[in-house]
Amino acid sequence: MKVNKAWLYLLPAALFLIFFMVYPLLDVLVYSVEEGYNSASQTFMGIGGYNYSYVLHDPYFMQAVSNTFILVIITVPVSTGLALLISMALNSIKKLRELFQTIYFLPYVTNTLAVGLVFMILFKKTAYTDGMVNALISIFGGGAVDFIDGPYWAKMFVLCFYTVWVVLPFKILILTSALASVNQDYYRAAKVDGASGWRVFSRITLPMISPMIFYLIITGFIGAFKAYSDAVALFGTNLNAAGMNTIVGYVYDMIYGDSGGFPSYASAAAIILFVIVLTITVINLLISRKQIHY
Amino acid sequence: MNEKGLKRNASRRLILRIMTYVLLAIWAVMVLFPFYWMVLSSIKSYASYSSEKIPEFIPREPTLENYSTAFTQVPLSGYFSNTLIFTVVTTALMLIVTVLAAFAFSRLEFKGKNLVFTMFIALMMIPSELVVITNYHTITELGLRNTFTGLILPSVTSVFYIYLLKENFEQIPDELYKAAKVDGTSDFKYLTKVMIPICRPTIITITILKTVECWNSYVWPRLITTKQSHYLVSNGIQELRENGIGRENIPAMMAAVVVISVPLIVLFLIFRKRIMEGVSRGGTKG
Repeated sequence: MKVNKAWLYLLPAALFLIFFMVYPLLDVLVYSVEEGYNSASQTFMGIGGYNYSYVLHDPYFMQAVSNTFILVIITVPVSTGLALLISMALNSIKKLRELFQTIYFLPYVTNTLAVGLVFMILFKKTAYTDGMVNALISIFGGGAVDFIDGPYWAKMFVLCFYTVWVVLPFKILILTSALASVNQDYYRAAKVDGASGWRVFSRITLPMISPMIFYLIITGFIGAFKAYSDAVALFGTNLNAAGMNTIVGYVYDMIYGDSGGFPSYASAAAIILFVIVLTITVINLLISRKQIHY
Repeated sequence: MNEKGLKRNASRRLILRIMTYVLLAIWAVMVLFPFYWMVLSSIKSYASYSSEKIPEFIPREPTLENYSTAFTQVPLSGYFSNTLIFTVVTTALMLIVTVLAAFAFSRLEFKGKNLVFTMFIALMMIPSELVVITNYHTITELGLRNTFTGLILPSVTSVFYIYLLKENFEQIPDELYKAAKVDGTSDFKYLTKVMIPICRPTIITITILKTVECWNSYVWPRLITTKQSHYLVSNGIQELRENGIGRENIPAMMAAVVVISVPLIVLFLIFRKRIMEGVSRGGTKG
Protein backbone atom coordinates (compact mmCIF):
# COMPACT_ATOMS: atom_id res chain seq x y z
CA MET A 1 0.00 0.00 0.00
CA LYS A 2 1.28 3.41 -0.91
CA VAL A 3 0.97 6.07 1.74
CA ASN A 4 0.03 9.45 0.35
CA LYS A 5 3.15 11.57 0.31
CA ALA A 6 1.18 14.64 1.40
CA TRP A 7 1.12 13.34 4.95
CA LEU A 8 4.89 13.25 4.94
CA TYR A 9 4.98 16.95 4.18
CA LEU A 10 2.45 17.65 6.91
CA LEU A 11 4.13 15.46 9.48
CA PRO A 12 6.58 17.98 11.00
CA ALA A 13 3.93 20.66 11.46
CA ALA A 14 1.44 18.14 12.80
CA LEU A 15 3.93 16.71 15.29
CA PHE A 16 4.86 20.13 16.62
CA LEU A 17 1.24 21.19 16.91
CA ILE A 18 0.01 18.00 18.54
CA PHE A 19 2.84 17.96 21.02
CA PHE A 20 2.96 21.64 21.93
CA MET A 21 -0.61 22.81 21.33
CA VAL A 22 -3.29 20.13 21.16
CA TYR A 23 -2.01 17.98 24.00
CA PRO A 24 -1.32 20.97 26.29
CA LEU A 25 -4.79 22.29 25.57
CA LEU A 26 -6.41 19.09 26.75
CA ASP A 27 -3.98 18.79 29.60
CA VAL A 28 -4.76 22.26 30.91
CA LEU A 29 -8.42 21.31 31.22
CA VAL A 30 -7.43 18.20 33.16
CA TYR A 31 -5.08 20.18 35.41
CA SER A 32 -7.75 22.72 36.20
CA VAL A 33 -10.10 20.15 37.72
CA GLU A 34 -7.52 18.08 39.60
CA GLU A 35 -7.78 19.11 43.21
CA GLY A 36 -4.78 19.28 45.49
CA TYR A 37 -2.33 18.47 42.71
CA ASN A 38 1.22 18.03 43.88
CA SER A 39 3.78 18.77 41.23
CA ALA A 40 6.54 16.87 42.99
CA SER A 41 4.74 13.55 43.33
CA GLN A 42 2.34 14.22 40.44
CA THR A 43 -0.62 13.03 42.47
CA PHE A 44 -3.94 14.64 43.15
CA MET A 45 -6.73 14.12 45.60
CA GLY A 46 -9.89 14.45 43.59
CA ILE A 47 -11.78 15.97 40.73
CA GLY A 48 -13.81 19.11 41.14
CA GLY A 49 -14.11 22.86 40.91
CA TYR A 50 -11.95 23.70 43.91
CA ASN A 51 -9.15 25.25 41.84
CA TYR A 52 -11.56 27.66 40.23
CA SER A 53 -13.04 28.59 43.55
CA TYR A 54 -9.56 29.05 45.05
CA VAL A 55 -8.51 31.35 42.22
CA LEU A 56 -11.73 33.35 42.33
CA HIS A 57 -11.31 33.88 46.06
CA ASP A 58 -7.65 34.81 45.83
CA PRO A 59 -7.29 38.56 46.46
CA TYR A 60 -4.23 38.62 44.18
CA PHE A 61 -6.31 37.22 41.35
CA MET A 62 -9.14 39.69 41.91
CA GLN A 63 -6.58 42.49 41.98
CA ALA A 64 -5.15 41.20 38.70
CA VAL A 65 -8.63 41.00 37.16
CA SER A 66 -9.48 44.53 38.19
CA ASN A 67 -6.12 45.87 36.94
CA THR A 68 -6.59 44.11 33.62
CA PHE A 69 -10.13 45.41 33.16
CA ILE A 70 -9.11 48.99 33.95
CA LEU A 71 -6.22 48.67 31.51
CA VAL A 72 -8.52 47.31 28.79
CA ILE A 73 -11.26 49.88 29.31
CA ILE A 74 -8.81 52.77 29.13
CA THR A 75 -6.31 51.68 26.49
CA VAL A 76 -8.57 50.16 23.84
CA PRO A 77 -10.71 53.29 23.20
CA VAL A 78 -7.80 55.69 23.69
CA SER A 79 -5.43 53.87 21.39
CA THR A 80 -8.06 53.26 18.71
CA GLY A 81 -9.21 56.88 18.77
CA LEU A 82 -5.69 58.23 18.75
CA ALA A 83 -4.71 55.91 15.93
CA LEU A 84 -7.71 57.10 13.90
CA LEU A 85 -6.81 60.74 14.47
CA ILE A 86 -3.16 60.21 13.55
CA SER A 87 -3.97 58.10 10.49
CA MET A 88 -6.38 60.71 9.19
CA ALA A 89 -3.77 63.39 9.70
CA LEU A 90 -1.22 61.18 7.92
CA ASN A 91 -3.58 60.61 5.04
CA SER A 92 -4.21 64.30 4.51
CA ILE A 93 -0.57 65.21 3.94
CA LYS A 94 1.95 64.35 1.26
CA LYS A 95 5.18 65.90 2.45
CA LEU A 96 7.08 64.00 5.16
CA ARG A 97 4.42 61.30 5.16
CA GLU A 98 6.84 58.41 4.75
CA LEU A 99 9.12 59.82 7.41
CA PHE A 100 6.27 60.07 9.90
CA GLN A 101 5.06 56.58 9.04
CA THR A 102 8.52 55.16 9.61
CA ILE A 103 8.89 56.92 12.95
CA TYR A 104 5.45 55.86 14.15
CA PHE A 105 6.22 52.24 13.42
CA LEU A 106 9.41 52.10 15.48
CA PRO A 107 7.85 50.92 18.78
CA TYR A 108 6.62 47.79 17.02
CA VAL A 109 10.14 46.51 16.40
CA THR A 110 11.59 47.38 19.76
CA ASN A 111 12.00 45.05 22.67
CA THR A 112 9.11 45.72 25.08
CA LEU A 113 11.23 44.92 28.11
CA ALA A 114 14.14 47.12 27.08
CA VAL A 115 12.16 50.21 26.13
CA GLY A 116 9.93 49.73 29.16
CA LEU A 117 13.03 50.35 31.27
CA VAL A 118 13.45 53.72 29.57
CA PHE A 119 9.87 54.59 30.48
CA MET A 120 10.57 53.49 34.01
CA ILE A 121 13.58 55.84 34.17
CA LEU A 122 11.57 58.72 32.72
CA PHE A 123 8.80 58.36 35.29
CA LYS A 124 10.73 57.16 38.31
CA LYS A 125 11.51 59.30 41.32
CA THR A 126 14.79 58.46 43.02
CA ALA A 127 16.85 59.82 45.85
CA TYR A 128 18.84 62.14 43.64
CA THR A 129 16.35 63.13 40.96
CA ASP A 130 12.61 63.42 40.52
CA GLY A 131 12.96 62.19 36.96
CA MET A 132 12.24 63.70 33.61
CA VAL A 133 8.45 63.60 33.75
CA ASN A 134 8.33 65.15 37.19
CA ALA A 135 10.66 67.89 36.01
CA LEU A 136 8.11 68.58 33.28
CA ILE A 137 5.25 68.56 35.78
CA SER A 138 7.03 71.02 38.02
CA ILE A 139 7.34 73.49 35.13
CA PHE A 140 3.56 73.60 35.15
CA GLY A 141 3.60 74.01 38.89
CA GLY A 142 2.67 70.47 39.90
CA GLY A 143 4.21 68.47 42.72
CA ALA A 144 6.41 65.44 42.11
CA VAL A 145 4.68 62.09 41.97
CA ASP A 146 6.39 58.72 42.12
CA PHE A 147 4.87 56.98 39.13
CA ILE A 148 6.67 53.69 39.67
CA ASP A 149 6.46 53.07 43.42
CA GLY A 150 3.82 55.61 44.32
CA PRO A 151 0.02 55.85 44.35
CA TYR A 152 -2.06 53.32 42.44
CA TRP A 153 -3.46 55.68 39.82
CA ALA A 154 -0.05 57.10 39.03
CA LYS A 155 1.19 53.57 38.35
CA MET A 156 -1.90 52.74 36.34
CA PHE A 157 -1.39 55.89 34.31
CA VAL A 158 2.16 54.89 33.35
CA LEU A 159 1.04 51.37 32.48
CA CYS A 160 -1.76 52.68 30.25
CA PHE A 161 0.52 55.25 28.68
CA TYR A 162 3.17 52.68 27.86
CA THR A 163 0.59 50.22 26.56
CA VAL A 164 -0.86 52.82 24.20
CA TRP A 165 2.67 53.70 23.05
CA VAL A 166 3.36 50.04 22.30
CA VAL A 167 0.11 49.20 20.50
CA LEU A 168 -0.28 52.34 18.39
CA PRO A 169 2.11 51.40 15.54
CA PHE A 170 0.00 48.42 14.55
CA LYS A 171 -3.25 50.39 14.68
CA ILE A 172 -1.86 53.36 12.77
CA LEU A 173 -0.51 51.04 10.09
CA ILE A 174 -3.83 49.24 9.63
CA LEU A 175 -5.94 52.40 9.63
CA THR A 176 -3.65 54.32 7.28
CA SER A 177 -3.89 51.60 4.67
CA ALA A 178 -7.64 51.30 5.22
CA LEU A 179 -8.08 55.05 4.73
CA ALA A 180 -5.90 55.04 1.64
CA SER A 181 -8.03 52.33 0.05
CA VAL A 182 -11.31 54.25 0.29
CA ASN A 183 -12.47 55.05 -3.23
CA GLN A 184 -11.69 58.71 -3.91
CA ASP A 185 -14.83 59.10 -6.07
CA TYR A 186 -16.95 59.28 -2.93
CA TYR A 187 -14.99 62.26 -1.69
CA ARG A 188 -15.22 63.98 -5.05
CA ALA A 189 -18.98 63.45 -5.13
CA ALA A 190 -19.28 64.82 -1.58
CA LYS A 191 -17.27 67.87 -2.59
CA VAL A 192 -19.58 68.53 -5.53
CA ASP A 193 -22.54 68.29 -3.15
CA GLY A 194 -20.80 70.69 -0.76
CA ALA A 195 -20.94 68.33 2.21
CA SER A 196 -19.32 69.57 5.42
CA GLY A 197 -16.14 68.03 6.79
CA TRP A 198 -17.89 66.29 9.66
CA ARG A 199 -20.57 64.93 7.36
CA VAL A 200 -17.94 63.52 5.00
CA PHE A 201 -16.21 61.88 7.95
CA SER A 202 -19.32 60.38 9.53
CA ARG A 203 -21.09 59.38 6.33
CA ILE A 204 -18.21 58.26 4.11
CA THR A 205 -14.91 57.74 5.91
CA LEU A 206 -16.19 56.04 9.04
CA PRO A 207 -18.56 53.58 7.32
CA MET A 208 -15.95 52.68 4.73
CA ILE A 209 -13.28 51.82 7.26
CA SER A 210 -15.61 50.41 9.91
CA PRO A 211 -14.61 46.76 9.26
CA MET A 212 -10.98 47.65 10.00
CA ILE A 213 -11.93 49.64 13.10
CA PHE A 214 -13.84 46.67 14.44
CA TYR A 215 -10.95 44.39 13.61
CA LEU A 216 -8.69 46.68 15.63
CA ILE A 217 -11.13 46.83 18.52
CA ILE A 218 -11.38 43.06 18.67
CA THR A 219 -7.63 42.44 18.45
CA GLY A 220 -7.13 45.36 20.83
CA PHE A 221 -9.36 43.76 23.44
CA ILE A 222 -7.63 40.41 23.08
CA GLY A 223 -4.18 41.98 23.25
CA ALA A 224 -4.96 44.20 26.24
CA PHE A 225 -6.45 41.31 28.19
CA LYS A 226 -3.15 39.50 27.76
CA ALA A 227 -1.06 42.42 29.01
CA TYR A 228 1.95 41.30 30.97
CA SER A 229 5.45 42.16 29.73
CA ASP A 230 4.70 45.89 29.71
CA ALA A 231 3.88 45.72 33.39
CA VAL A 232 7.01 43.67 34.13
CA ALA A 233 9.17 46.17 32.30
CA LEU A 234 7.80 49.03 34.37
CA PHE A 235 7.33 47.51 37.80
CA GLY A 236 9.60 44.46 37.89
CA THR A 237 8.77 40.77 38.09
CA ASN A 238 7.12 40.91 41.48
CA LEU A 239 3.92 42.44 40.23
CA ASN A 240 1.85 41.32 43.20
CA ALA A 241 4.02 43.38 45.52
CA ALA A 242 3.60 46.40 43.25
CA GLY A 243 -0.15 45.78 43.16
CA MET A 244 0.01 45.93 39.38
CA ASN A 245 -0.37 42.28 38.44
CA THR A 246 -2.40 41.27 35.39
CA ILE A 247 -4.33 38.06 34.77
CA VAL A 248 -1.59 36.65 32.58
CA GLY A 249 0.95 37.68 35.18
CA TYR A 250 -1.03 35.77 37.79
CA VAL A 251 -0.98 32.66 35.58
CA TYR A 252 2.79 32.85 35.16
CA ASP A 253 3.38 33.52 38.82
CA MET A 254 1.40 30.39 39.59
CA ILE A 255 3.46 28.27 37.23
CA TYR A 256 6.75 29.59 38.37
CA GLY A 257 8.05 32.51 40.33
CA ASP A 258 7.57 33.74 43.84
CA SER A 259 4.29 31.97 44.53
CA GLY A 260 4.98 29.26 41.95
CA GLY A 261 4.50 25.56 41.54
CA PHE A 262 0.73 25.40 41.31
CA PRO A 263 -0.14 24.31 37.78
CA SER A 264 -3.74 23.62 38.78
CA TYR A 265 -4.37 27.17 39.92
CA ALA A 266 -2.51 28.48 36.88
CA SER A 267 -4.70 26.37 34.60
CA ALA A 268 -7.91 27.47 36.26
CA ALA A 269 -6.86 31.12 35.97
CA ALA A 270 -5.84 30.69 32.33
CA ILE A 271 -9.17 29.11 31.49
CA ILE A 272 -11.05 31.90 33.26
CA LEU A 273 -9.05 34.38 31.18
CA PHE A 274 -9.86 32.46 28.01
CA VAL A 275 -13.57 32.49 28.84
CA ILE A 276 -13.52 36.26 29.50
CA VAL A 277 -11.73 36.96 26.22
CA LEU A 278 -13.99 34.61 24.27
CA THR A 279 -17.14 36.21 25.72
CA ILE A 280 -15.99 39.70 24.90
CA THR A 281 -14.92 38.71 21.39
CA VAL A 282 -18.32 37.12 20.74
CA ILE A 283 -20.10 40.24 22.02
CA ASN A 284 -17.88 42.38 19.78
CA LEU A 285 -18.66 40.20 16.79
CA LEU A 286 -22.39 40.38 17.46
CA ILE A 287 -22.29 44.18 17.70
CA SER A 288 -20.14 44.48 14.63
CA ARG A 289 -22.49 42.34 12.59
CA LYS A 290 -25.21 44.90 13.24
CA GLN A 291 -23.05 47.97 12.75
CA ILE A 292 -20.51 47.26 10.09
CA HIS A 293 -21.13 48.50 6.62
CA TYR A 294 -19.42 46.24 4.09
CA MET B 1 -18.29 82.69 -3.79
CA ASN B 2 -16.87 86.18 -3.43
CA GLU B 3 -13.20 86.96 -3.00
CA LYS B 4 -13.44 87.46 0.75
CA GLY B 5 -15.03 84.05 1.23
CA LEU B 6 -12.35 82.41 -0.87
CA LYS B 7 -9.67 84.06 1.18
CA ARG B 8 -11.23 82.99 4.43
CA ASN B 9 -11.51 79.46 3.14
CA ALA B 10 -7.88 79.43 2.12
CA SER B 11 -6.67 80.66 5.49
CA ARG B 12 -8.88 78.10 7.24
CA ARG B 13 -7.28 75.38 5.15
CA LEU B 14 -3.85 76.71 6.03
CA ILE B 15 -4.63 76.62 9.75
CA LEU B 16 -5.95 73.10 9.43
CA ARG B 17 -2.81 72.08 7.58
CA ILE B 18 -0.58 73.59 10.25
CA MET B 19 -2.56 71.89 13.00
CA THR B 20 -2.20 68.58 11.20
CA TYR B 21 1.56 68.90 11.05
CA VAL B 22 1.73 70.01 14.68
CA LEU B 23 -0.26 66.96 15.75
CA LEU B 24 1.93 64.63 13.71
CA ALA B 25 5.08 66.27 15.02
CA ILE B 26 3.92 65.93 18.64
CA TRP B 27 3.35 62.22 18.27
CA ALA B 28 6.66 61.80 16.45
CA VAL B 29 8.39 63.42 19.42
CA MET B 30 6.51 61.14 21.81
CA VAL B 31 7.72 58.11 19.88
CA LEU B 32 11.30 59.25 19.45
CA PHE B 33 11.81 60.73 22.90
CA PRO B 34 12.39 57.43 24.76
CA PHE B 35 14.96 56.44 22.14
CA TYR B 36 16.69 59.78 22.50
CA TRP B 37 16.57 59.40 26.26
CA MET B 38 18.15 55.98 26.31
CA VAL B 39 21.02 57.06 24.10
CA LEU B 40 21.41 60.26 26.09
CA SER B 41 21.47 58.51 29.46
CA SER B 42 23.84 55.87 28.16
CA ILE B 43 26.55 58.40 27.31
CA LYS B 44 26.41 60.28 30.60
CA SER B 45 28.93 59.22 33.18
CA TYR B 46 27.53 57.65 36.31
CA ALA B 47 28.73 60.60 38.40
CA SER B 48 27.13 63.24 36.24
CA TYR B 49 23.91 61.24 35.82
CA SER B 50 23.36 60.98 39.53
CA SER B 51 24.30 64.59 40.24
CA GLU B 52 21.71 66.04 37.89
CA LYS B 53 18.66 67.03 39.86
CA ILE B 54 17.01 68.16 36.66
CA PRO B 55 18.21 65.88 33.84
CA GLU B 56 20.23 67.63 31.17
CA PHE B 57 19.25 67.25 27.55
CA ILE B 58 22.74 67.52 26.14
CA PRO B 59 25.50 65.69 28.00
CA ARG B 60 28.42 67.90 28.93
CA GLU B 61 31.06 65.18 28.76
CA PRO B 62 29.79 62.31 26.66
CA THR B 63 31.48 58.99 27.47
CA LEU B 64 31.38 55.46 26.14
CA GLU B 65 32.50 54.04 29.46
CA ASN B 66 28.99 52.71 30.21
CA TYR B 67 29.14 50.47 27.18
CA SER B 68 32.29 48.79 28.35
CA THR B 69 30.76 48.47 31.84
CA ALA B 70 27.67 46.87 30.34
CA PHE B 71 29.74 44.34 28.44
CA THR B 72 32.20 43.54 31.22
CA GLN B 73 30.04 43.49 34.34
CA VAL B 74 27.15 41.69 32.70
CA PRO B 75 27.40 38.71 30.33
CA LEU B 76 25.74 40.86 27.72
CA SER B 77 27.58 39.28 24.80
CA GLY B 78 26.42 35.91 26.11
CA TYR B 79 22.79 37.06 26.15
CA PHE B 80 23.37 38.30 22.65
CA SER B 81 24.75 35.12 21.20
CA ASN B 82 22.06 33.08 23.00
CA THR B 83 19.37 35.23 21.45
CA LEU B 84 21.05 35.00 18.08
CA ILE B 85 21.23 31.19 18.23
CA PHE B 86 17.66 30.97 19.48
CA THR B 87 16.36 33.32 16.78
CA VAL B 88 18.24 31.74 13.88
CA VAL B 89 17.47 28.12 14.75
CA THR B 90 13.81 28.78 15.62
CA THR B 91 13.24 30.78 12.47
CA ALA B 92 14.99 28.20 10.28
CA LEU B 93 12.97 25.33 11.74
CA MET B 94 9.78 27.36 11.42
CA LEU B 95 10.55 27.96 7.74
CA ILE B 96 11.07 24.28 6.97
CA VAL B 97 7.95 23.19 8.83
CA THR B 98 5.84 26.00 7.37
CA VAL B 99 6.94 25.56 3.77
CA LEU B 100 6.32 21.81 3.84
CA ALA B 101 2.88 22.14 5.43
CA ALA B 102 1.81 25.01 3.18
CA PHE B 103 2.93 22.96 0.18
CA ALA B 104 0.85 19.98 1.25
CA PHE B 105 -2.23 22.12 1.79
CA SER B 106 -1.94 24.11 -1.40
CA ARG B 107 -0.57 21.69 -4.00
CA LEU B 108 -1.08 18.09 -2.97
CA GLU B 109 -4.33 16.15 -2.87
CA PHE B 110 -5.15 13.87 -0.01
CA LYS B 111 -8.14 12.56 1.87
CA GLY B 112 -9.41 14.77 4.66
CA LYS B 113 -7.42 17.79 3.49
CA ASN B 114 -10.19 20.26 4.29
CA LEU B 115 -10.81 18.75 7.68
CA VAL B 116 -7.14 18.85 8.65
CA PHE B 117 -6.81 22.39 7.38
CA THR B 118 -9.85 23.52 9.40
CA MET B 119 -8.31 21.95 12.47
CA PHE B 120 -5.07 23.85 11.83
CA ILE B 121 -6.98 27.12 11.48
CA ALA B 122 -8.92 26.44 14.67
CA LEU B 123 -5.59 26.26 16.51
CA MET B 124 -4.90 29.86 15.57
CA MET B 125 -7.46 30.91 18.15
CA ILE B 126 -5.72 29.18 21.03
CA PRO B 127 -3.93 31.72 23.19
CA SER B 128 -0.39 30.79 24.15
CA GLU B 129 -1.21 31.39 27.83
CA LEU B 130 -3.31 28.24 27.83
CA VAL B 131 -0.67 25.90 26.48
CA VAL B 132 2.36 27.34 28.23
CA ILE B 133 1.49 25.62 31.52
CA THR B 134 1.76 22.10 30.14
CA ASN B 135 4.67 22.96 27.90
CA TYR B 136 6.57 24.19 30.92
CA HIS B 137 5.78 20.93 32.65
CA THR B 138 6.77 18.83 29.62
CA ILE B 139 10.08 20.60 29.13
CA THR B 140 10.85 20.31 32.83
CA GLU B 141 10.01 16.58 32.82
CA LEU B 142 12.29 16.02 29.85
CA GLY B 143 15.08 17.79 31.73
CA LEU B 144 15.32 20.40 29.02
CA ARG B 145 15.27 23.50 31.18
CA ASN B 146 18.28 25.71 30.54
CA THR B 147 18.88 24.13 27.15
CA PHE B 148 18.42 25.52 23.68
CA THR B 149 16.25 22.55 22.76
CA GLY B 150 13.82 23.47 25.50
CA LEU B 151 13.80 27.09 24.44
CA ILE B 152 13.36 26.41 20.75
CA LEU B 153 11.01 23.45 20.29
CA PRO B 154 7.76 24.96 21.64
CA SER B 155 8.45 28.22 19.81
CA VAL B 156 8.74 26.74 16.32
CA THR B 157 5.27 26.45 14.82
CA SER B 158 3.06 29.34 13.92
CA VAL B 159 -0.17 28.27 12.29
CA PHE B 160 -0.70 31.74 10.96
CA TYR B 161 2.42 31.62 8.79
CA ILE B 162 1.31 28.29 7.32
CA TYR B 163 -1.96 29.94 6.42
CA LEU B 164 -0.24 32.99 4.92
CA LEU B 165 2.13 30.94 2.80
CA LYS B 166 -0.58 28.52 1.67
CA GLU B 167 -2.63 31.44 0.35
CA ASN B 168 0.42 32.64 -1.56
CA PHE B 169 1.30 29.19 -2.93
CA GLU B 170 -2.24 28.81 -4.24
CA GLN B 171 -1.84 31.83 -6.49
CA ILE B 172 0.72 29.97 -8.60
CA PRO B 173 -1.08 28.77 -11.73
CA ASP B 174 -1.84 25.04 -12.02
CA GLU B 175 -0.35 24.96 -15.52
CA LEU B 176 3.15 25.28 -14.13
CA TYR B 177 2.63 22.23 -11.97
CA LYS B 178 1.18 20.19 -14.82
CA ALA B 179 4.01 21.19 -17.13
CA ALA B 180 6.53 20.21 -14.47
CA LYS B 181 4.78 16.85 -14.02
CA VAL B 182 4.95 16.19 -17.78
CA ASP B 183 8.67 16.88 -17.59
CA GLY B 184 8.91 14.33 -14.81
CA THR B 185 9.82 16.79 -12.06
CA SER B 186 9.24 15.43 -8.58
CA ASP B 187 6.98 17.25 -6.13
CA PHE B 188 9.87 18.16 -3.90
CA LYS B 189 11.91 19.53 -6.76
CA TYR B 190 8.90 21.51 -7.96
CA LEU B 191 8.58 23.00 -4.47
CA THR B 192 12.22 24.02 -4.18
CA LYS B 193 12.83 25.04 -7.78
CA VAL B 194 9.54 26.74 -8.65
CA MET B 195 7.28 27.55 -5.73
CA ILE B 196 9.81 28.85 -3.23
CA PRO B 197 11.48 31.23 -5.72
CA ILE B 198 8.10 32.58 -6.88
CA CYS B 199 6.89 33.17 -3.33
CA ARG B 200 10.15 34.59 -2.04
CA PRO B 201 8.63 37.91 -0.91
CA THR B 202 6.16 36.17 1.41
CA ILE B 203 8.85 33.86 2.72
CA ILE B 204 11.09 36.80 3.49
CA THR B 205 8.20 38.55 5.22
CA ILE B 206 7.44 35.65 7.54
CA THR B 207 11.15 35.22 8.22
CA ILE B 208 11.44 38.81 9.38
CA LEU B 209 8.24 38.68 11.44
CA LYS B 210 9.43 35.53 13.18
CA THR B 211 12.83 37.08 13.80
CA VAL B 212 11.25 40.09 15.49
CA GLU B 213 9.04 37.77 17.54
CA CYS B 214 11.98 35.64 18.65
CA TRP B 215 14.21 38.58 19.47
CA ASN B 216 11.54 40.08 21.70
CA SER B 217 10.18 36.94 23.32
CA TYR B 218 10.22 37.13 27.07
CA VAL B 219 7.70 34.84 28.75
CA TRP B 220 8.95 31.47 27.56
CA PRO B 221 12.66 32.23 28.06
CA ARG B 222 11.89 33.46 31.54
CA LEU B 223 10.09 30.26 32.47
CA ILE B 224 12.62 27.93 30.93
CA THR B 225 15.95 29.53 31.85
CA THR B 226 17.16 29.91 35.39
CA LYS B 227 20.84 30.23 34.63
CA GLN B 228 22.48 33.34 33.26
CA SER B 229 24.32 31.15 30.77
CA HIS B 230 21.07 30.61 28.87
CA TYR B 231 19.36 33.97 29.29
CA LEU B 232 18.10 35.75 26.23
CA VAL B 233 18.27 39.53 25.94
CA SER B 234 14.77 40.10 27.33
CA ASN B 235 15.15 38.22 30.56
CA GLY B 236 18.80 39.20 30.72
CA ILE B 237 17.83 42.85 30.83
CA GLN B 238 15.16 42.15 33.41
CA GLU B 239 17.68 40.34 35.59
CA LEU B 240 20.06 43.24 35.15
CA ARG B 241 17.43 45.64 36.36
CA GLU B 242 16.43 43.69 39.42
CA ASN B 243 19.66 42.14 40.63
CA GLY B 244 22.43 43.62 38.55
CA ILE B 245 23.93 46.96 37.71
CA GLY B 246 20.51 48.44 36.91
CA ARG B 247 19.77 48.81 40.60
CA GLU B 248 22.07 51.75 40.89
CA ASN B 249 24.06 52.24 37.68
CA ILE B 250 21.30 53.44 35.40
CA PRO B 251 23.58 54.80 32.64
CA ALA B 252 25.17 51.36 32.26
CA MET B 253 21.73 49.74 32.13
CA MET B 254 20.71 52.20 29.43
CA ALA B 255 23.83 51.29 27.48
CA ALA B 256 22.68 47.68 27.59
CA VAL B 257 19.20 48.75 26.48
CA VAL B 258 20.67 50.59 23.50
CA VAL B 259 22.76 47.59 22.50
CA ILE B 260 19.72 45.32 22.68
CA SER B 261 17.48 47.66 20.71
CA VAL B 262 19.88 48.49 17.88
CA PRO B 263 19.81 45.21 15.89
CA LEU B 264 16.06 45.25 15.36
CA ILE B 265 15.97 48.93 14.52
CA VAL B 266 18.67 48.38 11.89
CA LEU B 267 16.75 45.39 10.53
CA PHE B 268 13.63 47.53 10.40
CA LEU B 269 15.31 50.38 8.56
CA ILE B 270 16.67 47.95 5.96
CA PHE B 271 13.45 46.02 5.39
CA ARG B 272 11.02 48.83 6.24
CA LYS B 273 8.57 48.22 3.38
CA ARG B 274 8.59 44.43 3.78
CA ILE B 275 8.05 44.56 7.52
CA MET B 276 5.23 47.08 7.41
CA GLU B 277 3.52 45.22 4.59
CA GLY B 278 3.92 41.91 6.38
CA VAL B 279 2.59 43.26 9.66
CA SER B 280 -0.42 44.83 8.02
CA ARG B 281 -1.22 41.42 6.54
CA GLY B 282 -0.61 39.39 9.59
CA GLY B 283 0.71 41.16 12.63
CA THR B 284 -1.18 40.67 15.84
CA LYS B 285 0.64 42.74 18.39
CA GLY B 286 -1.91 45.19 19.66
